[in-house]
Amino acid sequence: MKNLGISIIAVVILLMLPIGAAAAEWYSLLTVALPYGALTVFLLGFIYRVLLWAQSPVPFRITTTCGQEKSLPWIRTNSLESPSGLFGVIGRMALEILLFRSLFRNTGAEILEKRPVYGSAKWLWLFGLLLHWSLLFILLRHLRFFVEPIAPFINALSAFDGLFETGVPTLYLSDLVFLTAATALFLRRVVLVRVRYFSLPQDYFPLLLLLCTAGSGILMRHFTKVNLIKVKELATGWVSFSPVIQEGIGPLFSIHLFLVCTLLVWFPLSKLMHMGGIFLSPTRNLANDNRMRRHLNPWDAPVRVHTYEEYEDEFRDKMKTAGLPVERE
Amino acid sequence: MKLYNGGKIIAGIVVFLIAATFPFWYGRGKAVRPPDLKLDTPVIQQLKEKLCVEPAPYMRANHMKLLTVWRDAAVREGNRSYTAINGRVYTISLTSTCLECHSNKKQFCDRCHNYAGAKPACWNCHIIPEEVR
Repeated sequence: MKNLGISIIAVVILLMLPIGAAAAEWYSLLTVALPYGALTVFLLGFIYRVLLWAQSPVPFRITTTCGQEKSLPWIRTNSLESPSGLFGVIGRMALEILLFRSLFRNTGAEILEKRPVYGSAKWLWLFGLLLHWSLLFILLRHLRFFVEPIAPFINALSAFDGLFETGVPTLYLSDLVFLTAATALFLRRVVLVRVRYFSLPQDYFPLLLLLCTAGSGILMRHFTKVNLIKVKELATGWVSFSPVIQEGIGPLFSIHLFLVCTLLVWFPLSKLMHMGGIFLSPTRNLANDNRMRRHLNPWDAPVRVHTYEEYEDEFRDKMKTAGLPVERE
Repeated sequence: MKLYNGGKIIAGIVVFLIAATFPFWYGRGKAVRPPDLKLDTPVIQQLKEKLCVEPAPYMRANHMKLLTVWRDAAVREGNRSYTAINGRVYTISLTSTCLECHSNKKQFCDRCHNYAGAKPACWNCHIIPEEVR
């Protein structure tokens, strides 16, 4: 429980900082310097981490046992689970990135009548998938504050998201799904004893951060209103590099903006980098062609070999004297 | 710095940068002015005292809340009269009270609402007088 406490305290401090900054009227810091700084840290940090990973050599193909590799023509190949070429790899990566196929394989273990019983456990996969897809929807919907005129696809996405037209303004389904999924994933770490045992502060923290960010956004949309014209003026100011310092959009907006900036800074420093990392998963993005191509290890030391030809050159006279057959006279 | 599969890594980073900076290049760096509203409809020009149902700053911040209250009062409670803070009484009606003065929906409502991408479902039920005419 100590780890949970640490991350709750961290998030509470993060909630108070923007309130303090707004009270001290540091609006240029809060609405201009901080967003630019956070975005810079995010972009450069992300690239830095990827470049760091790319310096690790990947000499061999890691084959996995989940599918039959390409073999003799009469043995059926599983080209998605154990692909031998580019298209299979693209298919396997797409399944992984879009549908989290590896999580779908998740299993759970339980002691039933003093015997361990293993079974399929799909909850993590389901809530993980819901969380990520709804987050993508929310992220894309927010583009309406950044571009003018609003691109048609953004309005179409918002309309689709608010399909059921519940309430005024429309309740977005992605908001609902996101809150549900994030809460479920958070409770998973708190309630399940074994998951809580290996949960660290940095596991709870992003979930709490996302929950507070989404919460402040939903409060702004459905309860205390904010001036969207000012919000859009601020956001379009950032992206046209002519930022407008906005004062007093509201404490919830300060919190929302500050938490998003925290998330951007936290991103390259933490396990959230799995966004880039998933593309570099060696067991997913390497074709299983070990038996078709020779993969050379780049750090193999050059071995000095003594071939038979060289050996014969060295001892030809002695071999002839001893009556041994030689290949060249 | 030795990169393995450098071509693919660089290509991936370029795609990431293009996607992550979408709002920066989509607007081509042009600053956007917030919309200005037209308040010069014939009815408003004839008003002696240019006052909305409530004072303008209040309306700017809370018109959506007021309209929801009006909707509930008219549709659910059958109450069609609203007493403003200054004591004036108004008939609760979007089409014949709000739009009587603000008959220029395109230059009034739509300017901000299109700008902010806020699309409440008012016009699913309500008619727009200028379109009917």
